Amino acid sequence: MISIENISKWYGDFRVLSNCTTSVRKGEVVVVCGPSGSGKSTLIKCVNGLEPVQEGKITVDGDEVTAKRANLTALRSRIGMVFQHFELYPHMSVLENLCLAQEKVLGRGRKEAVVRAEKLLTRVGMEDHAKKYPSQLSGGQQQRIAIARSLAMDPIAMLFDEPTSALDPEMIKEVLDVMIELAQEGMTMMVVTHEMGFARKVADRVIFMDEGAIVEDRPTNDFFDNPESERAEDFLSKILGH
Amino acid sequence: MADFDFNVIWSSLPFLWQGLQLSLWLTFLSIIGGIVLGTLLALARLSGILPLSLIAATYVNLIRSVPLILVIFWFYFLVPLVLGRPIGSFYSALIAFVLFEAAYYSEIMRAGIQSVKRGQIHAGQSTGLNYWQIQRYVVLPQAFRNMIPILVTQGIILFQDTSLVFVVSLRDFMTASSIVARTEGRLVEMYLFAAVVYFVICFSGSMLVRSLKSRMST
Ligand SMILES: Nc1ncnc2c1ncn2[C@@H]1O[C@H](COP(=O)(O)OP(=O)(O)O)[C@@H](O)[C@H]1O
Ligand SMILES: [Mg+2]
Repeated sequence: MISIENISKWYGDFRVLSNCTTSVRKGEVVVVCGPSGSGKSTLIKCVNGLEPVQEGKITVDGDEVTAKRANLTALRSRIGMVFQHFELYPHMSVLENLCLAQEKVLGRGRKEAVVRAEKLLTRVGMEDHAKKYPSQLSGGQQQRIAIARSLAMDPIAMLFDEPTSALDPEMIKEVLDVMIELAQEGMTMMVVTHEMGFARKVADRVIFMDEGAIVEDRPTNDFFDNPESERAEDFLSKILGH
Repeated sequence: MADFDFNVIWSSLPFLWQGLQLSLWLTFLSIIGGIVLGTLLALARLSGILPLSLIAATYVNLIRSVPLILVIFWFYFLVPLVLGRPIGSFYSALIAFVLFEAAYYSEIMRAGIQSVKRGQIHAGQSTGLNYWQIQRYVVLPQAFRNMIPILVTQGIILFQDTSLVFVVSLRDFMTASSIVARTEGRLVEMYLFAAVVYFVICFSGSMLVRSLKSRMST
């Protein structure tokens, strides 16, 4: 579904990504972890073309994202993305947040968009908040809405960039529960997160990044039980709190 | 004090009111036109399309380095030459104000657009919205809302500047006051009254700005 072949990216002289290669099959859940600044966000932003790459090739469902003439807007509309800071539109109600792209990008009529939005709000447990504005909601609620906004586009894959790291501890679970459900329903997902419980529970593979490179890319249990590199071992012991 | 005669104000109120209406109407139309054109200039400037941003930047810098009164004069004489027929002082003044104020409003809107977080644009992009849809539905509404206090402040300055239209013999509030002052020989009273009217209007504007600011910061 998602194939990343040998991509490299620079910010000026600084090499953020070096020769990253990996892939995500249909229905697979892949967790990306690694120290801060290792290039995790940059990597997943490249997948839907939010960031350009200088070398390498990325394809999603057969369409090349990195092609010169790629139709990025069409491509992006098929890949959902959830951000660390939610990024709901503050000047629109929850319902408007969910309807905007459905109407403007997919060309759905108002009625159809609202029906779809309400269905997804129910799914993330936010059906009573359609008329509210983002600022009236807690972080956990906002992130669930953001997930619903992405799902409203009927994406073929979902990208998550540290969806719970801006949340108060007591709200992390409500967001993870939505993501776990999504994973179990067979959504293709690429998730940057440090929630190792989530990784163990639903991830098929774990990618460990350091200094812009993919250091490990292994089945979840292998990664946790015997990490190959010292850097991954270090990272795990820090994050699991020993 | 005994010499003061404020009756003159009372008896010329309808005449002064006409002048004030012209000032307010000109201010209102210029603010609308200035914001619309200014927003387009700001978008052009930030478009990343070199010729567009260059033209917009040149325009803004050029306009901002000439005095308003000159622009008003220009259009009074220039527009009839271009169109081949006179369009009247009001419309030529209006065009001058819109073109002039747009340069200032474009700088305000540019700051407003840049104040919108990058993540908001990413959110729009990730749902497949195109550049113009993101500007229209995501960026501009937030930019505009963030900049309302400054836009109103600029509107107050604009209102004061409308007094310059006397140079193309338009009868705005200031001009009307001068006419009454001179024909009735009541300079002190009339100019005092004019000052009070300007103060009340501009001060209310400032209070509005202040309350908008405090409401936005909560
Ligand atoms: N727009 C940018 N310009 C320059 N450097 C950047 C930019 N975005 C990210 N970086 C740098 O690239 C590196 C990787 O960033 P990022 O992908 O956000 O890391 P992570 O998500 O793993 O914390 C960091 O060192 C960061 O400072
Ligand atoms: Mg990051």
